[in-house]
Amino acid sequence: MSAVLELRDVRRAHGTGEGLVQALDGVSLTVAPGELVAVMGPSGSGKSTLLHLAGGLDQPTGGEVVVEGTVLAGLSAKALARVRRRAVGYVFQELNLVPALTSAENVSLPRELDGASSRAARREALAALEAVGIAELADRFPDDMSGGQQQRVAIARALVGDRRLVLADEPTGALDSTTGEQVMALLRTRCDAGAAGVLVTHDARQAAWADRVVFLRDGRVVDESVYVPPTSSLGALT
Amino acid sequence: MMSVRHGLLALLLEQPRHGYELRAEFERRTGSTWPLNVGQVYTTLARLERDGAVEGGEENDAGQKQYVLTGPGRAEIEQWFATPVRRESRPRDELSVKLALAVTAPGVDVRAVLQTQRTDSLRALQDYTRLKARAGEDDLAWLLVLDGLVFQTEAEVRWLDHCESRLVRARAAASPPPAPASVPARQQAHR
Repeated sequence: MSAVLELRDVRRAHGTGEGLVQALDGVSLTVAPGELVAVMGPSGSGKSTLLHLAGGLDQPTGGEVVVEGTVLAGLSAKALARVRRRAVGYVFQELNLVPALTSAENVSLPRELDGASSRAARREALAALEAVGIAELADRFPDDMSGGQQQRVAIARALVGDRRLVLADEPTGALDSTTGEQVMALLRTRCDAGAAGVLVTHDARQAAWADRVVFLRDGRVVDESVYVPPTSSLGALT
Repeated sequence: MMSVRHGLLALLLEQPRHGYELRAEFERRTGSTWPLNVGQVYTTLARLERDGAVEGGEENDAGQKQYVLTGPGRAEIEQWFATPVRRESRPRDELSVKLALAVTAPGVDVRAVLQTQRTDSLRALQDYTRLKARAGEDDLAWLLVLDGLVFQTEAEVRWLDHCESRLVRARAAASPPPAPASVPARQQAHR
């Protein structure tokens, strides 16, 4: 199956001369549909830079970022904005829901910006809310929902329509551990249903939901843990 | 210290059970993290009976006895549940020892040792997480055992992260920028 996201020897430098810092120093990563990849590493290892580049929010100084077969470099600002809207969904620790809009309106917003009719956008939003298990909260405002419910809305918004790439930055950081776990289980389910996910986290418990865990250090991939079922005696017994 | 004895008493708190049943139930509850052999179960039951903590009934046709908890047995298991668990001191486990030796042994890439361990621990964590995702919400005992493994492994990974940042800081301090000369020399002496 063709990759949803591909980073090819991606570099990102900040500053010049003596002050040159390689935030990412030649990272290659491929994420297929159905795959959830976690990126771990200490602060300053390049995790967030990687996520920004993958989502077209920042430009690499070397290498290529390919989303759904489209090389992002060289796209016009308008075309890049369209790829960001149509192909990529974001889930951040800060929820970024619009407080004046209901959850259905929040979820349908990217589709409406994309030119879908309000009716079609609402229909897609309701389907997305249904998929994350909160269809009944469609007409609630963010302030009237719990943190876990709001994060579900954010995941629904990330995957509304036919978007298949979800980029998550510490998505459960603000939640208690059981609610956080439900949100991770949901992200896992959405990936199992065919989405591709990249999760940036410093939390091993969150990263463990991924198929692959990539370790970054000083802008480079130093190791990778690939889930191979079942690996332990525990796995063999169930 | 947790023992098979307490495990069996806890299971008898619910209802009288046969020996083979106790063994199967013990393994099921602990998600097979602690396999028992038949000998252990029967030796322990014999001791419990001798101590008056359980009573064995008549043997059935298959030669199996049913065991019932006595008053003293109940008191013992209630006392066990009421007592906090003290973990054995960590510094003696193999990983701690390995890292302690790695930082002093010449020519060992400590960061590589840390990373190898981290990758392995993460793989175990991925495994436990899959098992949790597959477990039913109603299988509370199994979920709690898995949660325990998840949190212990997470703690280990956080400790490894901490070791690495400590190592990086120590190295930075050991090779300071080249000026002024007298200050780093003094820092070196203090370390």
